[in-house]
Amino acid sequence: MISLYRMPSLGADMEAGTLIEWVLQPGQTFAKGDVIAVVETQKGAIEVEVFHDGVMGRQLIEVGQTVPVGTPLAELEAAMVTPPDQRTGVQSGGLTEVLSESLPADMTASAIGVTEAAPPLAPSPQAPFPKLSTPVAPSSGESPPRSAPLIPPSPSMPEAVDPRASPAARRLAQQRGLSLDGLVGTGPGGAIVLADVRSAAVALASGTPQAAPRAPAPSPTVPPLATPAASATAGRRPAHPGLDLAAMRQAIAAAMAHAKREIPHYYLSQDVDLTPASDWLAQRNAELPPERRLLMGVLFIKAVALTLKGFPELNGFDREGRFEPSAAIHVGCATAIRGGGLVAPAIHDTDHLDLDTLMAKLRDLVARVRSGGLRASELADPTITVSSLGERGVDRLYGIIYPPQVAIVGFGTPRPAPWVLEDRVVPRQVVTVTLAADHRHSDGHRGALFLAQVAQRLHEPENL
Amino acid sequence: MNDHTGPSASPATAHERRDESRQDRQPAAAKLHLNRDHALRLLREMLRIRRFEERCAELYTEEKIRGFLHLYIGEEAIAVGVMQCLTAEDAVVTTYREHGHALARGLPMTSLMAEMYGKQEGCSRGRGGSMHLFDLARRFYGGSAIVAGLLPLAVGLALADKLQGRNRVTACFFGEGAAAEGEFHESLNLAALWQLPVLFVCENNLYAMGTALERSQSETHIHRKAQSYQIAAETLDGMDVLAVEIAARQAVAAIRAGEGPRFLECQTYRFRAHSMFDAQLYRDKAEVEAWKKKGPLLRFGHWLEEAGLLDVAGRAQMEAEIEAELAAAVAFAEAGTWESVADLLKDVYTGEP
Amino acid sequence: MSSAMIETTYREAVREAIRDALRRDPRVFLMGEDVGRYGGCYAVTKGLWDEFGPERIRDAPLSESGFTGAGIGAALGGMRPIVEIMTVNFSLLALDQIVNNAATLRHMSGGQVSVPLVIRMATGAGKQLAAQHSHSLENWYVAIPGIKVVAPATLEDARGMLWSALEDPDPVVIFEHVMLYNRSGPLAADAGPVPLAGAAIRRPGSDISLISYGGSLYKTLDAAEALAREGIEAEVIDLRSLRPLDDATLMASVARTHRALIVDEGWRTGSLAGEISARIMEQAFWDLDAPVGRVCTAEVPIPYPKHLEDAALPQVPTIVAAARAILGRE
Repeated sequence: MISLYRMPSLGADMEAGTLIEWVLQPGQTFAKGDVIAVVETQKGAIEVEVFHDGVMGRQLIEVGQTVPVGTPLAELEAAMVTPPDQRTGVQSGGLTEVLSESLPADMTASAIGVTEAAPPLAPSPQAPFPKLSTPVAPSSGESPPRSAPLIPPSPSMPEAVDPRASPAARRLAQQRGLSLDGLVGTGPGGAIVLADVRSAAVALASGTPQAAPRAPAPSPTVPPLATPAASATAGRRPAHPGLDLAAMRQAIAAAMAHAKREIPHYYLSQDVDLTPASDWLAQRNAELPPERRLLMGVLFIKAVALTLKGFPELNGFDREGRFEPSAAIHVGCATAIRGGGLVAPAIHDTDHLDLDTLMAKLRDLVARVRSGGLRASELADPTITVSSLGERGVDRLYGIIYPPQVAIVGFGTPRPAPWVLEDRVVPRQVVTVTLAADHRHSDGHRGALFLAQVAQRLHEPENL
Repeated sequence: MNDHTGPSASPATAHERRDESRQDRQPAAAKLHLNRDHALRLLREMLRIRRFEERCAELYTEEKIRGFLHLYIGEEAIAVGVMQCLTAEDAVVTTYREHGHALARGLPMTSLMAEMYGKQEGCSRGRGGSMHLFDLARRFYGGSAIVAGLLPLAVGLALADKLQGRNRVTACFFGEGAAAEGEFHESLNLAALWQLPVLFVCENNLYAMGTALERSQSETHIHRKAQSYQIAAETLDGMDVLAVEIAARQAVAAIRAGEGPRFLECQTYRFRAHSMFDAQLYRDKAEVEAWKKKGPLLRFGHWLEEAGLLDVAGRAQMEAEIEAELAAAVAFAEAGTWESVADLLKDVYTGEP
Repeated sequence: MSSAMIETTYREAVREAIRDALRRDPRVFLMGEDVGRYGGCYAVTKGLWDEFGPERIRDAPLSESGFTGAGIGAALGGMRPIVEIMTVNFSLLALDQIVNNAATLRHMSGGQVSVPLVIRMATGAGKQLAAQHSHSLENWYVAIPGIKVVAPATLEDARGMLWSALEDPDPVVIFEHVMLYNRSGPLAADAGPVPLAGAAIRRPGSDISLISYGGSLYKTLDAAEALAREGIEAEVIDLRSLRPLDDATLMASVARTHRALIVDEGWRTGSLAGEISARIMEQAFWDLDAPVGRVCTAEVPIPYPKHLEDAALPQVPTIVAAARAILGRE
């Protein structure tokens, strides 16, 4: 039985050693504790010992050679007793390792796996750290590349490419869909501060011509609400950095109070047999990888978008009591924010998108709601809102119109329900669709037709 | 029993001092009740420490054990001798070279080995490693990597006992290197000033890491420093387990009688390097070899044989039993588990996170 | 206010807190240099030696490391020691015990032992005590996981934090600013323990958050008063607890005011103010309408002459000027 004697590790900071003397020569016997070699380390020469009795065998390293810890130095022949196998973990065999005598002589350290030994005493830098969460990475999809982390303007920065603006000012501008370009800063060093954005927003709302134009299009220069780096810190609002939930709650409160006070809502509801759509969806998804599967919600959105083409009075804006129809159909998708709050960003030109594209855009949108990367236009442009509580178990929901829109469509949770089909009661998958619409601009009759057509489209999912 | 009371002559000049304090030594057996069982127990305890540490050295070279590893080999008689005199109520405070104290105090070899591995089954949940062994149930208040750092703690433990009227002793072990630290002097002064029940045990192995005693201390008789604080102190042969136990029994009895702190300077020697990564450039091999000849196991084992208390078969059986205990300890450590990283911040504060 | 108010000083409030603790719990004792017969370097413990005797008001020799470590050991042994270190600069001699033992023992022992020790020490400049007796080294201790650090600035906190610290199972360091001992004011006759954690808003405001603690709190309140005369409403936050820091209160304030200025008597480099500034950047970046500002002590050993000492320390005019600059009203 032959074992290997390896360069011992004598300290956590010892990586290699130089053999400077073989104390024992091949054939010489040794006892436990005997010094068999002298190794030069950065701390000087250290005598290295054996931990078992035996006979010195072939020496694999010559005097003067420097080798890493763990490298075989010599073959040792065991005396009498068989050295235990250290790999069993029950009893350690020291630095020796049992080898069959038939092993080739050029066996190297790596070939027998000596480098794998160290246990994970400390977490690796990549190991997850408790309490810190990494925000959901936005799906790549077709979304434009995220801009670099925003660097706050430094007072000593001589000339900034972007307008110099405080973080709070940037965030407010983002929320109000304002571009910083053209705003005049009144803060330290001429930086744009909150007050400047607020006055621009007031001017915009009152229709006063102002140097602050409404952002005309999704602007790649507008920074995301937060960057992953900033949001990785354990903070007050780790789930959605950069979103001011208190401010958002105030905005929702104002809008909803306004809607309930000013808009004469009427409400309609329609149960829809969803079985054809469910079956079609199941069949379709069965062929697709998980990341490309469709959600039922996408069918809902698409059905609404297509149906709206025939109901312009539901798609557009109330401008001080006067209806302004929208040629484009931008469905706003109500999305809850963890911890509170709600946004309904638009999927632009919803009616022109095929289901796969729509699904991808929806995924991207939800991810960016969570990570805080919505574009101003997405918040400003919806021409109607669709709200679906998904699997959350209510039969129907009646929405409140988000001004200046004039309608909101709600989908309850699809559920199995008794359904009369050809004079027989059969179990079917059923969803209840509701419409809340502005009675100033449409009537219940038209609303009912609209819901009926949505139902019809859901009966023919293959045409969506 | 005269042949075990000490080496005849020390190879090191620093040890050429047989002190006046040894003259009043009483017959050992009278105080010790040295019967065969007790004698064999002393040998076994020392042997357990020796074999445990030899295995630790081996496991260290295999990278099973990491960090610093300071071995007590050569000094076992001190921990074993002193621990015989303590009760479960007494407290023990030690240093970073404390495997021997822990074993002699009764910490299970399994939990010690698991601690060496850093496994959560270890006596400090794997958090401390070789230098920080704790066992509250056995009132073992740890090793510390800071030389002399725990001496004030020992004073405080004794103060608490005194204030609460409990007749307990706190045994405090440290090396002679500690005597150069301010905390050593502050602690001796406080213990003497407040007449606290502390047994100070100086393990004088002649080298503070690689610095020889005479190169670091103007007064190389450490016990004289204690005497200057009005603490009854003596020097004795720390390679002789019976000598240690005799001295410790007397000291502990005095402390329990309310006579204040006591100080023992035990002359000893570590046979191995300061830690594993130490080329020992600072001492001669001849010196090491000379001391090894007076090793506590060698001499006491020999004496037991001559006295007819332990034959070859008995010794072999003892070795086999210890080997089995050790094998079980290694297996226990190998089978142990790593503490979850989720617990990283646990116990920084009580009850958190 | 149901209870009667009494006029008292910070010094008397601390003394009453010690007296109260000694009466409440027989395990409590006070240990330190000249705390007994002398009556305390700052006269905090005057009279307690006569009242409680030398066992419980224990004069210690000049051995900061020794008696602080003895306090740790006594805490392990079942006592509830209050260790008084005369001033923070002397505590450097006990740093080994505090950092290497008190802070580590619980974690290092796998949760087996707690160290219910309270260390009180005087801190701060302003009494012309020159370079070695005028430090504010709170940030050194704040940097150490395993200990808690508080800085009572008000009479209520001076009276109430000690007992809460003694009830805490972990080591608590209490910093008492030397300029506060003589401060007087009304305190409820039945004032009792107050929580250790949590910052307090000492003055509400909407335009800027002034964050301070300890001896700097009153300068900061005076600065807020001066700013109010200029129409600037400053919110003044008293940190109270320096470790852990009350991030929630700080960030909520910054979310309201969008501006922050930290007033800290420590030296700027590596200061507690720097830590707070970093946290605001990490947690409230998007709320900020201006860079976070700091008013700290000039980076010099504190000089002896009054005019130079004053120039080195945070003062009301420098706080006012820094706040104005942040608001763009230079």
